[in-house]
Amino acid sequence: MSLIAASEPREVVIRVRRLATRFGTQTIHDGLDLDVYRGEILGVVGGSGSGKSVLLRTIIGLNRPAAGLIELLGRDVAKLSERELMELQERWGVLFQNGALFSGLTVAENVEVPLKEHRHLPLTLTAELAALKVALVGLPPDAGAKYPAQLSGGMRKRAALARALALDPEILFLDEPTAGLDPIAAAGFDQLISSLRASLDLTVFMVTHDLDSLEAICDRIAVLIDRRVTVGTLSELVANPHPWIQEYFTGPRARAAFA
Amino acid sequence: MAAAELTIGGEGEYLILRAVGRWTGEGAAALDGRLRRLDAEGFHRVRFDLGAVDAMDTVGAWLLKRTGAELRERGLEVELANVPGAIAPLLERVGEITAPVVSGPRRPPRILQLLDRIGAGTIGAVRFGYDLLGFFGLVSLRLFRVAAQPWRLRLTATVRHLEETGFNALPIVGLISLLVGLVLAYQGVDQLRPFGAEVFMVNLVGIAALREMGILLTAIVVAGRSGSAFTAEIGTMKVNEEVDALSTLGLDPIEILVLPRLIALMIALPLLTFFADIMALLGGAIGGLLLIDLTFPQFLQQLSTAITPTMFWVGMVKAPVFAFVIAMVGCFEGLRVAGSAESVGRLTTKSVVESIFLVIVLDALFSILFSILGV
Repeated sequence: MSLIAASEPREVVIRVRRLATRFGTQTIHDGLDLDVYRGEILGVVGGSGSGKSVLLRTIIGLNRPAAGLIELLGRDVAKLSERELMELQERWGVLFQNGALFSGLTVAENVEVPLKEHRHLPLTLTAELAALKVALVGLPPDAGAKYPAQLSGGMRKRAALARALALDPEILFLDEPTAGLDPIAAAGFDQLISSLRASLDLTVFMVTHDLDSLEAICDRIAVLIDRRVTVGTLSELVANPHPWIQEYFTGPRARAAFA
Repeated sequence: MAAAELTIGGEGEYLILRAVGRWTGEGAAALDGRLRRLDAEGFHRVRFDLGAVDAMDTVGAWLLKRTGAELRERGLEVELANVPGAIAPLLERVGEITAPVVSGPRRPPRILQLLDRIGAGTIGAVRFGYDLLGFFGLVSLRLFRVAAQPWRLRLTATVRHLEETGFNALPIVGLISLLVGLVLAYQGVDQLRPFGAEVFMVNLVGIAALREMGILLTAIVVAGRSGSAFTAEIGTMKVNEEVDALSTLGLDPIEILVLPRLIALMIALPLLTFFADIMALLGGAIGGLLLIDLTFPQFLQQLSTAITPTMFWVGMVKAPVFAFVIAMVGCFEGLRVAGSAESVGRLTTKSVVESIFLVIVLDALFSILFSILGV
C-alpha cells in the first residue's frame, strides 16, 4: 500500500501462529499462520464452511483456539488478564454479519453504548460524538434517532459500522460487510471502508465473498484452504496453481468482476 | 506519551491555542469543558497550533472542529497551523461533515405522552380484538371444511400435540391440583373448627375443586405451558419463512399449523381437568385423614352427599371453551410474529398473559351465566 514505503519494516498488528481450532472431532484450522500489517485491508476468502468467520471469531477472542498463538497489537491475548484484555478490546471494533445492533436502542444510543461504558465523557459531548460517527459512515442526520428495525439493510450495516468505530479503534474486523447489499450499496460500502481506512488510520480484517470488494479495496487477500491460509496480492493469487484458487480467481464470476 | 493539554495565549490580535500531547477520547472530558468556556474577548483571529500533537482521534478532531465553528460564528477568523501530516486526513474528513447537530427527537409534554399512550393502548386493544375475531372466523371456516372432509385433518400432528399438551402435562397439573386440594382442606378445617363442623371441609373441597379450581388451575397451567409453546413454535416458523413456504407449496398454514393444535388442546384440556378434579379431591382426602382422622370411605360418603353431577359438569363444560381460547390466542400471536427473533419472545409473553386474562374473564362470565341459570 502506498502510505508506507516498501523499504520500511512493516508493523504487524495481528500475528497468528500455528493456530488450530476444533469443534468436537472436526478440525477447522490446523497450523494456520497469518500476519496482518498496520494500515492494510486484508480480505479473507474461502469456501463455505472453510472457517472464515471462525477465524475472525477466534482472533477477536469469541472462540478459544485448541492450540497456537494469537498476538494482537503486539500482545499475546492468551496471556492477558481479563482487565488487560478489556483494555485491548477497546482498540478494535467488530462489524458482525447482520450488524448485531441492539434492537431496543436507537442508532445513536447504539453508538453511545461503548462511549458511555469506556470513555466517561460529558453527556453532550458523547451525543455529539455519536452524531459525528453516524455522519462519518454516511448516514443522514435523522438516522440517529431511528431504531435498527426502521433502517434498510445497507443503512443497518453502516449504523453497525458507526458503533464499531465508536472508540476510534486501530483494527476493524468486518464479517461479510457487503453480503445482502445490492451492488451499488456494496460499492458504496467498499468506498466508505477505503476512505475511513485512510482518514482514521485503520487496519481492516475483512471476511468477504464479494469479488468486487477484493478487487476494489483489498491490499492483500488470504485464502483459507486445507485448514490454512495462503496470502498474497490479487495478481499473485491469480498466478497460484492451486486448483481451488484458480477456480475462485479465474472462474467466470471472477472474470466478470476483475474485467 | 504526554496527556492531552491545551495552552491558551494571546499574541497581538491572535488568540493562540496550542494543542499538546494525545488528543484522544481518554483525556477529552477536561478539554471539552475548557474549549466550551473559551474566552476570545478582544481577539479577531484564532490560531490552533497543532505542532505538538502526538496523536489525535475523531474525538480530538471533533473538539477542534466544533470550537472552530463556534468561533467563526462569533465573527472570528480561525486557522490551523503546523498540522502534522499523519492527522491531516482525519481533520479533513471530520471537517467535511456538515453540522451533525444533535437533535434528539423532541419529547412532547408529559400529559400529552400519557394521553398518547392511553390512545395507542386503546386502539391497540380494539385492533387486537378485531384481528382475533377475524382469525376466529378464518379458523372456524377451516374447521367446517375439515369436518366436511375429515381426511384433511393431520392426524399425526394432532396426536403429537395431544401427547405434548395433554399427556406430558399430567405430572405438573396433578401435583398442583393435589396441593390445592390439600390447602383447601387445611383452610376449611381451620375455619370450620370453631363451629365443630370440620367435616363440612369435604363439601368445601368438593364444590370448590369441581366447579372452579380444577378447571381454572388446569387452564392457567396449560396456557403457560402449551399456549406459549404454540406461539413460540409458530413464531419461529414465521421468522424462518417456513409459514410462507407452506403457502407457496399450496398448503394451508391454518389447516396444518393451527387445527391440529386446536383440536388436540380441545381434547386434552377436558381430560386434564378430569384428572385435576380427581387429584384435588385426593388432596382433600389426604388433608382430612391427616387433620381430622377422616378415612377415605368416610370422605367419599360425605362427598356423595355434598356434590351433584351438575357441579362436575359445570366445571367440565368450561374446559373445551378455555382450550379453544388458549389455542386460538397462542396460534394467533404466533402468526403475528414478524421480522426478528426478538418479536417471538415478546409475542410469546403476550400470548400467555392474554390467554390467562381471557380464561379468567370467561370464567367470571360463566359464573354469572350459571347463577342466572340457577345451576
